[in-house]
Amino acid sequence: MLSQFFSMGGYAGFIWPAYGVVAVVLIWLFIAGKRFQNAADAELASLNPRARRKSETTPGTTRETADET
Amino acid sequence: MLHRFANPTRFLRLADIIQPWAAGLTIVFVVSGLYFALFHSPADYQQGETVRIMYIHVPAAWMALFCYTALAVASGVALIWKHPLAGLAARATAPIGAGFTFLALVTGSLWGKPMWGTWWVWDARLTSVLILFFLYLGYMALQDAFDDAERGAKASAILAIVGFINVPIIKFSVDWWNTLHQPASVVKMSGPAIHSSMLTPLLLMALAFKAYYIWLMLIRIRGEISSMKVRALRLRQVHGGAPGAASTPAEEGAD
Repeated sequence: MLSQFFSMGGYAGFIWPAYGVVAVVLIWLFIAGKRFQNAADAELASLNPRARRKSETTPGTTRETADET
Repeated sequence: MLHRFANPTRFLRLADIIQPWAAGLTIVFVVSGLYFALFHSPADYQQGETVRIMYIHVPAAWMALFCYTALAVASGVALIWKHPLAGLAARATAPIGAGFTFLALVTGSLWGKPMWGTWWVWDARLTSVLILFFLYLGYMALQDAFDDAERGAKASAILAIVGFINVPIIKFSVDWWNTLHQPASVVKMSGPAIHSSMLTPLLLMALAFKAYYIWLMLIRIRGEISSMKVRALRLRQVHGGAPGAASTPAEEGAD
């Protein structure tokens, strides 16, 4: 029953990679976006401590700019 | 020069409200969409189980076109009215649109191999979508190709607007040229030519991708706003103001 589901009528080799690549790219977009946002926020906080409500970095330390994908 | 410090405070407040909804809806639609797509929908009478690739391929392709349209509109607004948030939205859309376009191409290829017998064919639909992917990449490359961020923004905005001609070409390519790709079956004057058991997972996955897009956009625009403030503060440093003495762009808030 379960193996029948995973075999996808013999097309498992096409269907599962398709769903897999979608999952990988969409999750990666999320991680890249978060990283970009965090790096930009940290850099802003280092330049001007008052610009952020909750800054994790101490003023004066500059993180390198984020790679935008 | 003050107009560069556009006041993003209002946007950020709105984003705080929308973001949890976008996140929640994404999860609800993904879970229900996957349930229908993988368990609770029939195999196609011609395509067998491979029809399940449609539930991710078609929404990804829709998002590829939607993102490019958003990119062109935002670029136009940024170029004509110099609206700073529009420029940031355009910047934020591009990598997401590129991601969806890539997925449309790859999932299409994985569907084409068992159904058409080939991974790739240089026909109108596939080629025009590949060009769309390169337009996204060109847009992103052009943006950062200049030392002056403003010039990069302008050049890439023009590319985005000119490249929009490709969107109707993609949409109608299946009608205008002979192609292996099947014509539209959901967005039709006569109503969808697809059974509701397959339309349900398709629409749920489309909604999931749309909600996810909004979620990703809010994250990226937040980053872009912070980067814009960083650039403004840097510029001010160069022009002799002490960084500590500078008030935040948000407080200064022109717009």
